[in-house]
Amino acid sequence: MNRRINLIVDLTKMLLIILIACVLVFIIVFLTSQEPADAVYSFFVGPFTSLRRIGNIVEAATPLMFTALAVIIIFRAGQFSMISEGAFFIGILGAMIVAITGRMPPGIHPLAAIVFGGFCGAFVASVPAVLKMMWGVSELVTSIMLNYVVQFFTIYVVSYHYREITSSSLASLLFQETSAMPVIVEGTRVHLGVIVALVLCFLGFLFLQRTRLGFKLRVTGDNLHFAQYAGVGAAGVMVSAQVLAGAIAGIGGGAELLGMYTRFKWTSSPGYGWIGIVVALLARRNPLLVPLAAAFIGYLNVGADIMARSSDVSREVVLIIQGVMMLLIASEALLQHWRQKLIVKAAEKEAKEGNDDAPPELPDASIGGNDIPYTGVDTPTPNSPDQEGL
Amino acid sequence: MHLPCFIQKIRAGGVNVNQAVEALRMENITKVYPNGVIANKSVTFVVNQGEIHALSGENGAGKSTLMKILFGEEQPTSGTIFANGQKVNISSPTEAIRLGIGMVHQHFMLVPSLTVAENMMLGIEPRKGLKIDRKRAEKEVREISHKYNLPIEPNERVEDLTVGQKQKVEILKALLRGAKILILDEPTAVLTPQETRELFAELKTLRSNGYTIIFISHKLNEVKEFCDRITIIRRGQTMGVYPLSDISEQEISKLMVGRDVILKISKNKILPGAPAIKVRNLKILEESGRVRINNISFTVREGEILGVAGVEGNGQAQLVKALTGLGPYHSGSIELCGTDIRKKSVSDIRKLSVAHIPEDRMTIGIAPRLSVTENTVIDKTDNIRFFTRLGLSKSSEIREYGKKMVRDYHILCKTPDVSVESLSGGNIQKTVLARELSGGPKVIIADQPTRGVDVGATEFIRRQLIAMRDAGNSIFLITSDLNEVLGLSDGIIVLFEGEITAYLPDASNVTEEELGQYMLGIKRQSPEQISEVLHEQKD
Ligand SMILES: Nc1ncnc2c1ncn2[C@@H]1O[C@H](COP(=O)(O)OP(=O)(O)OP(=O)(O)O)[C@@H](O)[C@H]1O
Ligand SMILES: [Mg+2]
Repeated sequence: MNRRINLIVDLTKMLLIILIACVLVFIIVFLTSQEPADAVYSFFVGPFTSLRRIGNIVEAATPLMFTALAVIIIFRAGQFSMISEGAFFIGILGAMIVAITGRMPPGIHPLAAIVFGGFCGAFVASVPAVLKMMWGVSELVTSIMLNYVVQFFTIYVVSYHYREITSSSLASLLFQETSAMPVIVEGTRVHLGVIVALVLCFLGFLFLQRTRLGFKLRVTGDNLHFAQYAGVGAAGVMVSAQVLAGAIAGIGGGAELLGMYTRFKWTSSPGYGWIGIVVALLARRNPLLVPLAAAFIGYLNVGADIMARSSDVSREVVLIIQGVMMLLIASEALLQHWRQKLIVKAAEKEAKEGNDDAPPELPDASIGGNDIPYTGVDTPTPNSPDQEGL
Repeated sequence: MHLPCFIQKIRAGGVNVNQAVEALRMENITKVYPNGVIANKSVTFVVNQGEIHALSGENGAGKSTLMKILFGEEQPTSGTIFANGQKVNISSPTEAIRLGIGMVHQHFMLVPSLTVAENMMLGIEPRKGLKIDRKRAEKEVREISHKYNLPIEPNERVEDLTVGQKQKVEILKALLRGAKILILDEPTAVLTPQETRELFAELKTLRSNGYTIIFISHKLNEVKEFCDRITIIRRGQTMGVYPLSDISEQEISKLMVGRDVILKISKNKILPGAPAIKVRNLKILEESGRVRINNISFTVREGEILGVAGVEGNGQAQLVKALTGLGPYHSGSIELCGTDIRKKSVSDIRKLSVAHIPEDRMTIGIAPRLSVTENTVIDKTDNIRFFTRLGLSKSSEIREYGKKMVRDYHILCKTPDVSVESLSGGNIQKTVLARELSGGPKVIIADQPTRGVDVGATEFIRRQLIAMRDAGNSIFLITSDLNEVLGLSDGIIVLFEGEITAYLPDASNVTEEELGQYMLGIKRQSPEQISEVLHEQKD
């Protein structure tokens, strides 16, 4: 019963946030644009006008699913490592090296590249985790700094070791053809990576809810002192969570690279790790809701791109929307009143149906006879006369 | 039916019938929690000025809820509150404090990283210009601590305190704010009878100065001894208000639970087996170098309950931490079930079939946002009954187990899937007990096992512990409840300033007075007498 009410309220909340986000787009566009109707149209409807554009939504959502899942696993373990950004980018680097230098048959090549990317991500993520375990260094600080290290290291490796010299801008050598991820929907660039992401989200859910390590992870995240007292090996759990998350983000980086590009072309870290936090929170830290949340953010981004191309509003609108959405998601109080009302009603109804909320009789309570039936003295209570006298 | 005659008694001999002034009236209060639990059903609760009013009821009856409403922490679903005859709307604790209401919470509301003085002065800091006047804060804390006879060190950090000390900080914090209506939600659960008596001596002075005190406790002897009237609630409804001069402990517990409760502990003769806990020359130093446990040795045998008596803060907490692997020890040895636990992790120690009921259930005993079921299986993740070898959980097994725990330990909750934090204090304690006692332990370190549980459940837990002892397990019992230590233990050791000052091999022959003298360090046994606790043949 309550579960249903909670689901209804949560969904309504998500829709409401989305609605507010959309209203916000209207307002911004009408304030800044010469041709607001066109801009709004291209923002909201634009992404659905062709298969290609729908494909764009999926393409934009795919990397976010990986990073959001990584963020969820880290957060659920009670850690505040921001390493998904760095792990994603180093995953790109790892996969690139294998894609350029590897000589493998088509099926194996991308697989090997992505696995290596995941490995690199796991390694990077383990650094703040181990530093925290050994010396209690805040993983928040180290992970953010490490993200910069990763960014410059990657750019350095590409520009000094794998650079396409003929190109004027920074680009790597061309990947081996065998390394490409197959496109799965004809006429779009939607690649196998999205399937990998969906599967990982589902596995992530199973991991958290249905495995021993996942259980220990949630316990550790909920109360570290308790985890230590119960002997779950909290330190190990915290490190495993971050390593696992790093691997997922790294795999995401690899999949993104091989699915969407034939060369490495970034000049800075793409920021999927940060947006992944928005997605993770929008999904209420539940891996199963990640695809939905990622698709929505993907849609916003594609809409903004189309709008920027076909009108005079710039795509940075999305950033404003994402910021506001973060605030709304974080506002626990939103709709709380309504939830409470629904629940009170349900509880009253339940109570009336004779299915009283009274606690189950203690098995022992019958010993010695229950000779004070409490229903008999419901109301009025036998208050002492002094109270009535006043 | 006892009720009519109760009512008559009240009519005939009600206290202060004429001059009583209502300090507070809560009328028809109903509270439905966000998860649909109806915690209060049309409760009317009236307290007069200048009385100590007890509020009693089983675990989960709705006492804390009613008090949180009064303190503005929870909003009632319906009902009205009058303070000093005026209808009030208590929307927040700030508002409550403005109305002169103060509260000592069942679960501490302290900032662990701040010092005692900082916690107590939070929000009312004495100032010197822009700066906080630390000297004065410290002085005020010392003064009030002295005045109420609750000794506490102002500069210690709260996270380093034991539960009993934290409790004192909580009480003093509320007293310091000068509330005219003081709510005390189980303040005495971890205090010794001596400390309780001293606290009440002070509360009685407050009462004669026109203060009003609401007191919640499951220790009916305290209620009977110190309070003027009692309101009993059961399953969210009032069962009536009685002057305590007219109602016996038995009658109270009957109204609360609906049956007679036998609090007398009876058990079979002890049949001790091999040593299960062997502590030799144990020494525990604090980081500051202060000696907390000084060279103690004792043995707990199979089939034996060894009780520890002592005023809290005499090394009990450090000893328990060392025994369970949660804290360090400096020298000496600890052997559990034949294994030396030096350098062993908590989980290694747990694998030796050692259970630990912690004194502070809220900070280390539970994962608050996880379900009751999950909280009862967390120590059993290596059991192939719940997890396959590959580490996958067997959900239906786990669910069944959670249901069984809720049934066996009478945990009052809507379903076993609700989060533990939504349970009442006593039911959280039962959840901890269910987990620790159900894992088939051979050694049980029981630190305040019946803290905050109602009379019925206390009886159940004690019987459970005795049954485990009869089955040949060893129990190391630490409790501030003298009745419990005397009634439950086979032998008792007394800890005073980190040393064992007495070993009393037969608890049933010990009087409270005698025990008290050892606990306060007035008397001390000879080393020969104490060394009996080693249970070693001398040759
Ligand atoms: N935050 C909460 N959310 C949901 N239910 C709650 C919450 N707090 C308490 N409850 C429920 O309300 C009921 C009354 O709880 P309350 O804490 O008032 O009991 P209590 O009389 O203080 O018991 P105890 O003696 O164990 O402290 C219980 O069934 C409890 O599970
Ligand atoms: Mg309570």
